[in-house]
Amino acid sequence: MKTKALKAALPYTLPICVGFLFLGMSYGFLMRSKGFSFTYPMLMSFFIFAGSMEFVTVNLLLSAFNPLYAFFLALMVNARHLFYGISMLHKYRNTGWKKPYLIYGMCDESFTINCTVTPPEDVDKGWFMFFVTMLNQIYWVAGATLGGLLGYVIHFDTTGIEFVMTALFVVMFINQWEESKSDLVRREIKGIRLTSRHISALIGLGCSALCLVIFGSKDFILPAMALIILTFTAVRKRFESLEVKEETINERIEAEVEE
Amino acid sequence: MTTVQSIITIAVVVLGTLTTRFLPFLIFPENKKPPKYITYLGAVLPFAVIGLLVVFCLKEAVFTKLHGLPEAIAILFIVLLHKWKKNTLLSIAGGTILYMVLVQTVFA
Repeated sequence: MKTKALKAALPYTLPICVGFLFLGMSYGFLMRSKGFSFTYPMLMSFFIFAGSMEFVTVNLLLSAFNPLYAFFLALMVNARHLFYGISMLHKYRNTGWKKPYLIYGMCDESFTINCTVTPPEDVDKGWFMFFVTMLNQIYWVAGATLGGLLGYVIHFDTTGIEFVMTALFVVMFINQWEESKSDLVRREIKGIRLTSRHISALIGLGCSALCLVIFGSKDFILPAMALIILTFTAVRKRFESLEVKEETINERIEAEVEE
Repeated sequence: MTTVQSIITIAVVVLGTLTTRFLPFLIFPENKKPPKYITYLGAVLPFAVIGLLVVFCLKEAVFTKLHGLPEAIAILFIVLLHKWKKNTLLSIAGGTILYMVLVQTVFA
């Protein structure tokens, strides 16, 4: 039963293996270049196991000690997990002792696979999801540890290597933006089609930039988080009512295309 | 930061991360439907958080004497490279290498 589930899970995780080894290694290498022993990326990648937050934690460790701020930052950066959890309430049922691990190891990639892939009938779902989660974690921890170790052997001017984090988030932003184009059409502003996801992304960018200017680099995160949530709460009615219009607009467009 | 402070910081981050992962399962056991406001935030927040993280990465650069010029060049490069090749890892690697070259030579 176990080997069957492992064999079913492995192919889905291979693309993630490449990505996790590369990113994990950059992360481990970055930490080593900032003077941390390889045990830091190894243990952090294992225990935190949330890529974005691990990169952010490097910054936290290099600035003044402020655990409360670190806690709120972790909550906000990882807030998306709350919603992964809500989506997985049903799927993770009846998985027994594996359930706490499935929840603990629920990174973006494991969530995506476990949420979208239905394993073949003769494969145990619990074990399938368990192996998806475990393999992904192995790739990530291995990458981070390897990167940290390579940092001892390979020496070159690492000035600017921390930009790998910026690059990661910029690419994630573009990917999200591009995927959103296939969404329902929200509005056409001067020929540019914006969907609710585009607007959400812009709200995040705009609120953060505004708070950065007002509060400065040290204190902007918490106000930015608050402003983002407030903005979403304020526009909720319009978002939801427009969603209906959006559907009718979309149907109309589809009808026109068919004609 | 001392080693103890580092360990506390990491522990707190672990705790925060665990909270976001376990909370839904603790609040909504077995089929109890979450309120609409929560599912709404669930739909929109992930997109906003990436924007927040991009700004977070640039928070120091904006206030330096170059006002984030090397960052802007590298980001523009990433956008173009990504539009062209659509390869996530290539875009990350390419952008990072260009940025490192920029800050080590042109803007050194």
